[in-house]
Amino acid sequence: MSHKHAVRRAVTSVMLAASIATAAADESSIRLTEDAGLPQVQASCSMCHSLDYILMNSPFQDKAAWEKTVNKMVKVMGAPMTADDVAAVVAYLDTHYGKGAPAAP
Amino acid sequence: MRLICGANGGNMDRRKFILGSTSALTGGLFLPGIVGSATAQDLPAGAVASGILDALPGKRPLIKRSFRPPNYETPVSYFREAFTPNDAFYVRWHSAVPDVALADWRLRISGPGVKSEREFTHDTLRRKFKSAEVAAVNQCSGNRRGLFNPHVAGVQWGFGAMGNAVWSGVRLKDVLEDAGLTASALEVVGNGADAPTLTGPDFVKSLPMWKALDPDTLIAFEMNGEPLPTWNGAPARLVAPGWTATYWIKALADLTVTDKPFEGFWMKTAYRVPKGMFGASGFESQDTEQNSPITAIKVNSLVVDPAPGAVLERGKRIEVLGIAWDGGSGIRGIEVSLDGGKTWRDAKLQRDLGRYSWRQWRYAIKPEQAGAMTLMARAHARDGSTQTDTLVHNPAGYHHNVVQKVDYHVA
Ligand code: HEC
Repeated sequence: MSHKHAVRRAVTSVMLAASIATAAADESSIRLTEDAGLPQVQASCSMCHSLDYILMNSPFQDKAAWEKTVNKMVKVMGAPMTADDVAAVVAYLDTHYGKGAPAAP
Repeated sequence: MRLICGANGGNMDRRKFILGSTSALTGGLFLPGIVGSATAQDLPAGAVASGILDALPGKRPLIKRSFRPPNYETPVSYFREAFTPNDAFYVRWHSAVPDVALADWRLRISGPGVKSEREFTHDTLRRKFKSAEVAAVNQCSGNRRGLFNPHVAGVQWGFGAMGNAVWSGVRLKDVLEDAGLTASALEVVGNGADAPTLTGPDFVKSLPMWKALDPDTLIAFEMNGEPLPTWNGAPARLVAPGWTATYWIKALADLTVTDKPFEGFWMKTAYRVPKGMFGASGFESQDTEQNSPITAIKVNSLVVDPAPGAVLERGKRIEVLGIAWDGGSGIRGIEVSLDGGKTWRDAKLQRDLGRYSWRQWRYAIKPEQAGAMTLMARAHARDGSTQTDTLVHNPAGYHHNVVQKVDYHVA
């Protein structure tokens, strides 16, 4: 990748941080169920995409499937999460957006 | 470069409607609870609940699947038109949308597969190469993923992650031949100006040489006679007619001609189907023992009007309007059944707009009996293929081309 390209990429990431802030106004209509684990979900799962990725993928994933999804976000996409974060997020997603959970509001 | 993110501009005047009933979309009547027809109600409950109608700047209200990155689906009612209006055309991104001005746009061609590197501006490219255009369906690989039973993870699209347009620009072949191809040229790798948010894999896709050199494969600047909307890949995108939209790289910036199979995540790991499940991929350098890249679109059809669930007037003759398309062999015929698939009759094909375009069809019905009525439609392609009766389930949720069963109510 050319130097020029690398610079452009860097600029892109800086700009993106800014654009996330503006986008939040529209994403703020997304409501996830309040419970233990939600703060970790909000912190870890809204960096790269809005939280409707979780909503639309519910409620049909069992705990193992959510675990697979979260691990993919960490290992493939690069989500910076500790093992504790992962455990809290998986438990939360399984309880509120897992297979058999009540349909999203 | 400015980035348009998700649905940005918090002060936009945006209209939102809850899609609890599809009547807001079609203007038709909708009877909830009708079973047996593949309607948007077959989506995961969470996708139905979060699938609001929402207008991105410059777009009409579309079905929002995700705000950020923006993934927005075209309501089926827009498919009444032969070509999908640009402002109703679906939107699909894996990361933030880059906003590249035409004046700043550059296209670089390099790699071990070319004899000499090239860099073009819009002006130099258009001046040097002959213009070309093609009418073609652009369909997301995951179109109808949401209808998979059992459901699979991903963007939960209904029927509208597709559209039909006339794409114009220059031939990819002419540009590649200008750079000169070496004997070892194997794949053409397309990269857009979009970049992953943090550390994830960049969205980069490759084409086999034969597809890249197909005279219908374009670097397009316009759709339907207008510059590409930013949401649909301005200033330029690849157009790979007949192949799913994952190859139609938006905001195209770089072309690299490789002498080895390209190994990026979105080629090697994602956008894959089990080996042999859907026939040969036509992309041997990317086939593995286990799987193949998704490539050509499977023959398919869709009933557009009246919408599923509509109430039809007894004794009144109406025309059912639909569309049919495939990966480029063209549509040979479309049959309709009103008795659950026991007997089939030919629908009337409308004008042929090219083998990569969808083909509109019409079928007259005059429902005589009050109560439930089910219409089935099945397309046949010129290559002999037809739609499947049952879902060919696969992990990523691709190639849903099950014969549609549309329920109406006659009163
Ligand atoms: C580092 C970036 C990043 C982070 C952080 C992240 N994701 Fe993702 N996620 C992605 C990308 C990229 C995709 C693919 C988007 C697409 O195809 O539209 C994706 C897709 C998904 C999907 C769709 C299914 C799939 O596998 O493609 C789900 C569900 C999902 N993410 C959930 C989560 C959850 C839950 C978290 C928090 C634990 C999370 N994501 C955090 C980048 C990220």
